[in-house]
Amino acid sequence: MCLGIPGRIVEVWGEGLSRTGKVDFGGVRKEANLAFVPDANAGDYVIIHVGFAITMVNESEAQRTLEVLRAMDEQLLATELGIKPVAPS
Amino acid sequence: ETERVLLGHGSGGQLSAGLIAGVIGPALGAASPGGPLQDAAVLDIGGLSLVMTTDSFVVTPRFFPGGDIGMLAVHGTINDVAMMGAWPAALSLAYVIEEGFPLDELRRITESVGRAALAAGVPVVTGDTKVVGRGAADGVFVNTTGIGMRLPGVSPDACGAKPGDAVLLSGPIGLHGVTILSVREGLGFEAEIASDTQPLHRLVRRLLEVAPAGVHVLRDPTRGGLASSLNELAVTSGIGVEIDEPALPVPETVASACEMLGLDPLHVANEGCLVAFVALEAVDSVLAAMHEFPEGEHAVRIGEAVEAHPGQVLMRTLMGSHRVVDMLIGEQLPRIC
Amino acid sequence: MKYLDEYRDPVLARKLLDEIHRETTKPWSIMEVCGGQTHTIVRQGIDELLPEGVRLIHGPGCPVCVTPLELIDKALAIAARPEVIFTSYGDMLRVPGSDTSLLALKGRGADVRVVYSPVEAVQMAIKNPDREVVFFGIGFETTAPANAMSVLQAEALGLTNFSILVSHVLVPPAITVILESPACQVQSFLAAGHVCAVMGWTEYEPIAERYHVPIVVTGFEPLDLLEGVLMAIRQLESGRAEVENQYVRAVQRSGNTHAIDVIRRVFAVSDRTWRGIGTIPSSGLRLAEAYRRFDAETRFAVTGVSAVERPECIAGAILQGVKLPTDCPAYGTLCTPRMPLGAPMVSTEGTCAAFFGAGRKRVETSEVRA
Repeated sequence: MCLGIPGRIVEVWGEGLSRTGKVDFGGVRKEANLAFVPDANAGDYVIIHVGFAITMVNESEAQRTLEVLRAMDEQLLATELGIKPVAPS
Repeated sequence: ETERVLLGHGSGGQLSAGLIAGVIGPALGAASPGGPLQDAAVLDIGGLSLVMTTDSFVVTPRFFPGGDIGMLAVHGTINDVAMMGAWPAALSLAYVIEEGFPLDELRRITESVGRAALAAGVPVVTGDTKVVGRGAADGVFVNTTGIGMRLPGVSPDACGAKPGDAVLLSGPIGLHGVTILSVREGLGFEAEIASDTQPLHRLVRRLLEVAPAGVHVLRDPTRGGLASSLNELAVTSGIGVEIDEPALPVPETVASACEMLGLDPLHVANEGCLVAFVALEAVDSVLAAMHEFPEGEHAVRIGEAVEAHPGQVLMRTLMGSHRVVDMLIGEQLPRIC
Repeated sequence: MKYLDEYRDPVLARKLLDEIHRETTKPWSIMEVCGGQTHTIVRQGIDELLPEGVRLIHGPGCPVCVTPLELIDKALAIAARPEVIFTSYGDMLRVPGSDTSLLALKGRGADVRVVYSPVEAVQMAIKNPDREVVFFGIGFETTAPANAMSVLQAEALGLTNFSILVSHVLVPPAITVILESPACQVQSFLAAGHVCAVMGWTEYEPIAERYHVPIVVTGFEPLDLLEGVLMAIRQLESGRAEVENQYVRAVQRSGNTHAIDVIRRVFAVSDRTWRGIGTIPSSGLRLAEAYRRFDAETRFAVTGVSAVERPECIAGAILQGVKLPTDCPAYGTLCTPRMPLGAPMVSTEGTCAAFFGAGRKRVETSEVRA
C-alpha cells in the first residue's frame, strides 16, 4: 500500500490542487503532484507515492538517525568482527 | 482459464517456459530433437558444427534511446549464435508489415539493419516480406535467423555448468528494459539512459580463445532478465547458483527507476550483456580478456555454481542473509505496494 | 538514491542486529503491518538474521491481500463491458476473482490498462470522450489522497465519462480486530510508515493503551525495520506499551493535514469487508454523498454481485498471524504463485508467496565458498 520513494524537487509550477513539480530520483525525473506539500519548493526532498508527494523529508532528522546509528560503539564492531564500514553513496 | 495466450507467455518467465514445455514441445513431438533449451541449435553436418537460431522482435516504441527494432534484431540473433561458441556467418531478415505502415519508417528500420550488420561483419543473405490488413499487426514485426560455424574445440552450452564454476557478468543489467519503460506512453519518465543493445560475438571469440575448455556456459539474458537466465541454467545444468547482491552491476538510473515502479532489476530485460559459467582456474584470464573490449569493460564476477539446492538460485543479500531469486512469472507489472 | 541507500548500510545493520540480540531475553511476535515492509523483510532476508525467538508476522497491509472477492468480481464485471477502459495499479491484475482475473480477461479482449498514477486515468478519460474510463481505487490511507484527487480533477474538468471503483481500507480498525481475536499471537506492531506520513499516529494511541501493545511507526528500508524491531523489543522487555516513531524523517504526530482534508472531502468512513477476515465496522472509505455520481458500483449497477471464498484458502488465519502457509492443505499443491488460490499467494509479498518463494521447505543454503 505504500511504495513511497524520496526525490528532490527540481522545478515547480501551477498552484492549488494542480500544483505540480519535476522531481529527480537519482537520475530519473518524473512529474508529481505537489498539492499536499504546499511548503515544498525546488531543492526540497519529498516522498512520492503513485505520482503524488505525500510528505516532505525532514532532512535534519534523516541525518540525526544515521549519526545515532554510526555512534553506536563504532570501534568495537570494526575490530571485533573485522567489518570495514561501507561509505554511504 | 489459461487456454488462451496471455501477454505473460511472451515475457521470458515461467509462463513462457510453460508454453514451450506444455504446448509447443509436445505438439511438435518427434519432429523436434527435443533436449535442453539452448540459445541456438547445434547441428553436426558433414563433420562440421553448424549453429542456427531465429528470433522475432516486436518492441514498442520501435525507436528508443540507444537503438531501434532493426538494430535489436541484428544484435539479438548474432548474440544467440555467439552464445553457442559460434562465429555468425549470415543473417536472414523477414518482415510482417501492417497495411498503411509508412514506407520511410520501413526504410529507416532497414537502413539500421544494414548499418548494424555491416558493423558486425555479418551479411544479410535472404529474407521475406508479408503485408497484413490494417490492425492485424502493430506496425511491423521483424524476424531474423542466424547461422554460424562453431569455433574449433569449444562447446559451451546450457548443460555445461559445474559446481565450483564462477559466474561472470560482462556488463551492467537492466539498461534495455528501463529505457523502454521510460519512453512508454503514460508511465514515461526522463532519464539519461540508453539501451545496451550491442553485438557480443567478438567478445565471445576472444574469451573462448583464452579459455576454450574453461568456459562452460554462455547466455545473453534478454526478456525475463538475469534471474530467468540463471534459473533456466540452474535447472538445465542441474546445479545450484549463489550470487552476491553487492557484486551486481546495477546502474543508478536502473536502480532508481526500479525503486519507483516496484520492479526487481534482476527481472528487467537486457540486450547487450552475457553471463558466463567459467572454471575457477580460467576466471582471471577470462575477465582480463573481457576487459579488453568496450562491451566487456565492466565485466565482474557475481557468484558461483554450487552443489547444494540444484535448480535453485539464491542471493546473498546486502544484509548478509539469503533469499531465493525467483523467475519472473508473466508480464512485469509496476507495483504500488 | 539519496535517503534510501544510506538506510541499507550493512555495517549499521550489523550494529542494530547485535543490539537486538543483546537485549532480547524472551520470544516475541511482532507484526509488520505493511506489504512494503514485508517486501523488504523477505527480499533482504531480515527475518533470518533476528534472534531465534523473535517472529515477524506479515500483516494485512497489502491491498492485493485484503481486497474482497466480490469487489474483484465487480471489477471483472465492469472491465468486461465493451464501452469501458478499466484502469488499475499493476498489483491488482493477477488477483484471482471467482473464476478469472483482470489479466486473463485482458487476454480475452477486455480493455484493461495499468496506470502508475490516478492522474493517468483522468487523462485517458479526456482523450477518450466516447469511452467510460473506470479507475480501480484501491489502497490504504497512503493512496486515498491521490485516488481522491482523481475525483476532484474529474469534477473540475466536468468529465462525465470517469468513475472510480472504491476499495479503500483503514489500518487502525484492522489492527483492533486482530487484537480482539482470542487466538491473537501479535504482541507488538510496526505501523506502516507512509500510512502515518498521511494520517499521523494519534489514532494508534488508544489502541496501544487499551490492548497494552507497543506500536512503532516504522519505515521501509532495512535499517528502519531493524531500528523499529529494536524499539518494539525494548518496550516489550520493559513492559511498556506506547506509540513511538522510528520513521522520524517522514512522519509527524499530526500527519499531513492537507492530504487528510482532501480525504475527508471526497470520502466517508464506511464498513468494509476484508478478504479472509470478514466485515469490519468503519474500516474503509466510500465516496461521500457530494461525489456519489463518480461511483462506478452504482453507475454500472454491480452492487448486487456477491461471491464465496474458496473453502480451502486459510488467508484469514494467515493474515492474522494465527496460521502459517505451511499449515494450509492447498499450499504448494492446489495453490502456487502461478496458479494462486487466495490473495496472499498472488502478491509477491503476500505471506504465502513469500514462503513459497523462499522455498520454505526445500532450501538448504550452502556455506561452501569455492
